Order: sequence, then C-alpha cells, then structure tokens
Amino acid sequence: MAARVVVSVPPSAKRGEVIEIKTLASHTMETGFRHTQTGELIPRDIITQFVCAYNGVEIFRAELFPAVAANPLITFTTVATESGTLEFKWTGDNGYSAAQSASITVT
Amino acid sequence: MTSRRQFLALAGGALAAPAAMAQLDPNIAVKRRVALQNAIHKVVGEAELKTGKVKLDIPPLIDNGNAVPLTVTVDSPMTAAEHVKAIHVLTEKNPQPFVLAAHLGPRAGAARISTRARIADTGQVIAIAELSDGSFWSHTVSVIVTLSACLEDGLI
Amino acid sequence: MRLAALLFGAVCGCALAGEIPLAERRSGYDEMSRETRAMQDDDTTNPALFTLMDGEALWNHKEGEQSCAGCHGDAAASMKGVATRYPRVAGGKLINLEQRINACRVQHQKAPALAYESKELIALTTYVARQSRGLPIAVEADAPTRPYLDAGRKLYEQRLGQLNLSCSQCHDDNWGKSLAGSPIPQGQATGYPIYRLEWQGMGSLERRLRNCMIGLRAEPYAYGSPEMVELELYLMWRARGMKLETPAVRP
Repeated sequence: MAARVVVSVPPSAKRGEVIEIKTLASHTMETGFRHTQTGELIPRDIITQFVCAYNGVEIFRAELFPAVAANPLITFTTVATESGTLEFKWTGDNGYSAAQSASITVT
Repeated sequence: MTSRRQFLALAGGALAAPAAMAQLDPNIAVKRRVALQNAIHKVVGEAELKTGKVKLDIPPLIDNGNAVPLTVTVDSPMTAAEHVKAIHVLTEKNPQPFVLAAHLGPRAGAARISTRARIADTGQVIAIAELSDGSFWSHTVSVIVTLSACLEDGLI
Repeated sequence: MRLAALLFGAVCGCALAGEIPLAERRSGYDEMSRETRAMQDDDTTNPALFTLMDGEALWNHKEGEQSCAGCHGDAAASMKGVATRYPRVAGGKLINLEQRINACRVQHQKAPALAYESKELIALTTYVARQSRGLPIAVEADAPTRPYLDAGRKLYEQRLGQLNLSCSQCHDDNWGKSLAGSPIPQGQATGYPIYRLEWQGMGSLERRLRNCMIGLRAEPYAYGSPEMVELELYLMWRARGMKLETPAVRP
C-alpha cells in the first residue's frame, strides 16, 4: 500500500496564536542493527528527514535516526501568521518519499 | 507435542544463531558511554553544556522500549532576538546515540516537540537545546527499560 | 457438582472460585503508563491509525464480485455492536470475527479468504471491531455456545508447556504482581486487534495467545484452530460487560 502519512492541523486559528501540529508516518523504521534468525544483518531502512513549510517558508525541520520508533510521530508548534497551506515532506532511505498538505484559515 | 529430537534441533538452532552474529563486546557499556560523549561533543562543540531551561518529559519506568513517548519543552520567549535554534535528543545505551534533531526558530512560537523513541536499555536520555545566543542547555533523565514477558521468538 | 457450579455462575452472573470477581476486573489499559494510555486515547496519533485507514479502504473496495459496503453500507451503522458478540456459533460451528469475515468473502463476495495475521485481514477486523468501540462485550452463553465455553474454560485452566503453568495461575491468581519488572495484567481481551509496542505492529488475540504459549515453552495452538477459538470465546465471556477498546495499544 502507498506511503501513508497523516497530519493534524487545526483548520482555523487567530493571528499570532501558537498552534500544535501532529504528524504520523507509516514506516517500519528498520534500524539496521537487527539480525535474522540465521544471523544476517537486516539493512537499515528509515525516514531520515521531515520538513514543514508554511506558504513556502520552512518553519520546521527534523533529522530522524534509527532510534525513532516505528510509525514515527512528530509533534511541533508554529505561529499562525496568515491563511494558507502547510506542506509536509518526509524523505528517507531507499528513495522513500511522502508528502501531505493542509490548509489553515487565520483570522 | 514436540518430539525430543525436534526440541533438541530447535534448541541447537537457537543457540547457534547468536554465535553466528557478532558477539556483544564485553566493554559495551563503556563504549556506548564514550559514543554518547562523542555525540554530545558533536552537537555542542567546545561550548559549555549547561543544565536548565530544558524539560525532558519521559516516563521513568518504560512500558516497552520500542516506543517511548517523550516531549521536550524549552523555556524561551521564541522571539527573533532570543529563541531555540535546535533541540537534540540522545540516549546512552542504544547502538548509536542520536534519536532526533529538530530545527526550530522564532516562527515556532514555542519550543516544544514530541516524538516516540526507541530506548534499548536502562540508562540516560538527554535533551539538548541550542539557543540563538550560541549557548547549550540540557536535561538528563534516567529511565528503566524492562523486557516484555511473553515473546514470539520469531515464530509468529 | 462441576456442572451445577457452572450453571450457578451463568444464572447469577457472578464469578466462580478462582475467577476474578466481576467488579474487580480491570483492562490492561489500567496497568500502562500515562504516556502509553495517551497513545491509545488520541485518535490522531494512535499507531493503529494506518491499519484503520487500510481497513476502511478494503471495506469499500470491490473484492471478487462486490465490496463489504455493497451489502453492509456504512460500517459505523451496520457493524455497530457486531464485534462485541464474537466468537459465536454460526452454522453449527464456533467462529471468531476473522473467520466470519472470511466466510463473507468466500460465500458472498466470491473472493479468496485472507490469511490469518495478514495485513488485510487485520485491517478489516480492526475496522469492523472499531465500530463497536465503547460498547460492552456481550458474547452469548446460550445452549449452543455452552459446550464451547466450557471447553474454553478448561483450556484456560489447563497447565501447559515446560513451565507447566495455566493462564489462570498468572492472570487470575497473580494479576497486579510483577513478572520480570512488568506488571501482570488480568489479560482481559478488550482491545483486539491491538497495536503491541513489542511487535511494533498490529496483531490479533490469537497472535497474543501464541506469544503466551511460546513464553510457557508450549507448542502454540494453530491459528483458527478449535482450541484457539474456544479460548477466545472464554476470554471474551470473561470480559463480558467490559468496554471494547479496539484498537488498543499495549506494551
């Protein structure tokens, strides 16, 4: 099934209000430290970067390491400055890429 | 009922597999502590790592080390003049020490991030905040990780 | 004597010796930390979210000749309460929810049955069970079901494996105490399929029971076997009246 991500953004906010954004990505985050029952190393396969842009301006970026749990949750805040679109992008090993966007009305 | 022969074959297999993997280094505790110190040095450089301003909210007794919810909050006005540039989370007993590095700025409004980490073993988890004035602040929490009681041993 | 005792328990609805008194029953939710409970409670960050989304997609997808929605319409309406009544006797046989879903697929959708513990079957089961979240578990203890329930209870009380322990010895007699640092829950089957942090993924009650049996160093019962479904029935009956929590998060 396709790269699944879910974002939770309040649909509206007052100008200057600090809003909380919750993001969840469906990914096993294979650490690269596990072995099979016969001793072979399972190669690393993780999401390595997450970026959020607000009307084209980057407002949050995170680097993820194998120590982030499977199905990574990242929650952060931003100031509601103007109405528009929040764009979320995840990239990772083996060409993994996922994107999502959400609109916000700021009054 | 598993026959005796089947049981011995299974037991033999279970013993052989770990031997085929890299043996855990007897000095692993020391090595991982050193790795953590090196990682902290990589983040902080030559600056002093001060304690305070940062709050790492993580359960002291962890239900399961595979997914440990944690929140880092930093006391900061988050203005252009005075804000948190980055929050780093590291841990002592994992095969590699970095958990997450979050890059913020005045547009964040508040310095607060949450995620779920993998914590391999009982030890320290440290959250480091890099401020706009170049200073580094931290909070270290000792956590206890227990192993689950009933596992599958690969026999899903 | 045993039959009389069982009938007494069924009629008055109170617990028998060895069983946890009905009023003292607790969900595994209560043994978890505040943070893990928050994972289960927040619908936007519950790690089972993707499984629910997959389940909804499968519900609406034409499999074979038609989709589940083709007959059952909106799951929130048609599936409400369904998961609280399984396992149940249908067509003279005790079946669980997974087997009911597969029976529908084969007979009505003319689609192949889904494998136990497959991503698709778990997704559908989770989606269907989710529609009963918050409702009290209500499996039948009527005449056709009684023999299976008695068989399930017997399995629950039977010592197994190299460790020679029965389910009852830990989960009825020693719940709340610690086993190697983790609290022993009562083992109430209120939230299945669950996202188990140990698995880093979703799984059914049968998978969890197999974990327990492997932990006892016993040969685990096969998926969908009569023993498994009878045990499931007994566990759901043991949790009767407790609220369904699907999809639960557990360590």
